[in-house]
Amino acid sequence: MGLMFYLIAALTLAGALAAMTLKHLVHAALAVTVAFAGLALFFLNLDAQFAGFAQILVYIGAVAILVVFAILLTRGSELPKDGVFSRTWFVGLPIAAGIFAVLGWAVIVSSKALPSDAPTPAVNVHDIGVALVGRYVLPLEILALLLTAATIGAVMVALHEKERAR
Amino acid sequence: MGSPLTGYLIVAALLFSIGLAGALVRRNAILVLIGIELMLNAANLNFIAFWRYSPHPEALTGMMFAIFSIAVAAAEAAVGLGLVIAIHRHTGTTDLDKMNRMKG
Amino acid sequence: MVSSSVVENLDQIFIIVRDWLTHFLPAAWRPAVDVVLSVVVIVCVFPGLFALTTVFERKGLGRIQNRLGPNRTGPFGFFQPIADGIKSLTKEDIVPASADGVLHFLAPVILVVAVFMGFAVLPMGRNMVLVDMDAGLLFFFAMGASTELSVFMAGWSSRNKYSLLGAMRAIAQMISYEVVLLLSSVSVVMITGSLRLTKIVEAQNQYSYGLPHWYIFTPWGLAAFIMYAIAATAETNRSPFDLPEGESELVAGYHTEYSGFKFALFFLGEYLAMFSISGLGTTLFLGGWSSPLAALSFVPSWIWFFGKVMMSIFVFIWMRGTLPRLRQDQLMNFAWKFVLPFTLLDLLVTAMWRFMGEGWLRWVVSTAILAGAYVLMGRLSMHRQHFAPRKYRYAD
Repeated sequence: MGLMFYLIAALTLAGALAAMTLKHLVHAALAVTVAFAGLALFFLNLDAQFAGFAQILVYIGAVAILVVFAILLTRGSELPKDGVFSRTWFVGLPIAAGIFAVLGWAVIVSSKALPSDAPTPAVNVHDIGVALVGRYVLPLEILALLLTAATIGAVMVALHEKERAR
Repeated sequence: MGSPLTGYLIVAALLFSIGLAGALVRRNAILVLIGIELMLNAANLNFIAFWRYSPHPEALTGMMFAIFSIAVAAAEAAVGLGLVIAIHRHTGTTDLDKMNRMKG
Repeated sequence: MVSSSVVENLDQIFIIVRDWLTHFLPAAWRPAVDVVLSVVVIVCVFPGLFALTTVFERKGLGRIQNRLGPNRTGPFGFFQPIADGIKSLTKEDIVPASADGVLHFLAPVILVVAVFMGFAVLPMGRNMVLVDMDAGLLFFFAMGASTELSVFMAGWSSRNKYSLLGAMRAIAQMISYEVVLLLSSVSVVMITGSLRLTKIVEAQNQYSYGLPHWYIFTPWGLAAFIMYAIAATAETNRSPFDLPEGESELVAGYHTEYSGFKFALFFLGEYLAMFSISGLGTTLFLGGWSSPLAALSFVPSWIWFFGKVMMSIFVFIWMRGTLPRLRQDQLMNFAWKFVLPFTLLDLLVTAMWRFMGEGWLRWVVSTAILAGAYVLMGRLSMHRQHFAPRKYRYAD
């Protein structure tokens, strides 16, 4: 567990924690962008270059900007007067803590069965391309349909209804 | 720690529960969506960590899962944020505690 | 003629100098020191080119607009960047009182860092890439996508309506044209079969009858290059797509509240983005470091690369001086209703080119499809425009 792993883990977890606890929405959105960048660094550390750059391109380049635009369009820059945490936070927090406890226990109990080391996978982009149109062509096509439906759906949901605006 | 995989899995579990806590505890709908994105990211980290330490990484299963998951998460974020904007236009607020008109 | 070893040494002169500087180090340290040296060279060369480009731009624009550019500092005004640099370093750094301090400071820094990262994968000469990544093109676009977030940070942290409007317009424009940028490079990737930029340049480094195999000389390559150039102009917020920072429209858009060194950083970031996107354009379409004629291969490869990049910059400056600015809705309509469908069609034509096999038939069919589609789409989008007869009024 080298120094790189601890640094990236600290960055990612700090970003995620800041995103979930900061009061100001835009700061929270930028903190979650830091968490996304930390995850991209994790992927690069795990020799998954394609996934790492795709993570930067999609999450930081698109999802973060979507979130920021949504905050701007829904006037999220003002702080709500009732506070930022829901009235029923005392139910949600123990549930999350419980889930972390279960997952952590599962990981630690099975840590002996996990492979301790593995050689660097010699996978390049060409293999990913061949797999995408070979073995995984059906998920690829379904994903294309899903993305088309999501694009059209998002536009229709957020569309200004011109008749009512008159 | 016997295996470097354990570290990655613990970080993924922590990230998942932070995302879950945020999704359950915050008022603003957009922050709930951010929490959901964090959960999806934690699952991706799990997939890639298992792929890296798997006996046959050239089968690319974990990597494919992660790539498809990134694409689906982006689509879901788009639709979710479109919904939030539409709701804001309708009710003037994004506070989830106030969206209780179907209650009782 | 010069002997071939002199030619080859001149071509690889930077590699030779770098090896000579590090030959006394132990072999374990050498890769790291090589990378550090190359990074230092990139960080010095490109801002130097930026200084030169600011003078060229001001004098070039001046000449196009029938006036002299700056001509007081130094011979013909060529020391103007030094004067500009001193001015921006010594100006007071004003931060608005209600601005978000941390974001206001970080925005130009993140912009410059993200833009510099893009230079890491450009092959600037034979064997002269900083990092030869397997997914190099994807890395370049990932770094380009990170610049949009810094634009938003700049606009939002200034707490200024004009800045925010400028930032939102800039981001909307950048994400629309980013799709076009990516799709037009996918045509090149399809034909080459690799995302590695050095392999793309090597695939173009062949000559038949003395003419090079650059992708711009093929019908689909020309269409893709034109779409890429339009998207590159829009990505870097240059005229005619510079409404987000139009000086006569929006004060200065998202860098209204920046003064002194931070404004200089934004300026630097914009020009460096221009250089890196031109560098990618020359790598993808204009053959990178390969020379235009087989007879001219004795000229070093890095001279060809930088020459092509400076030619692209010259075309950028020329477009800025000549074309009027597009309005925001015209710009977005243009992106989604003309450029994107045309790029998708070009992708289809590229695929058809690949599978048609060698010969004159694929040239004729590709050109016919692309030219026909261009004329058809042009006519369709002009269909509902009614232009009234022009009325000229003269001052009396």
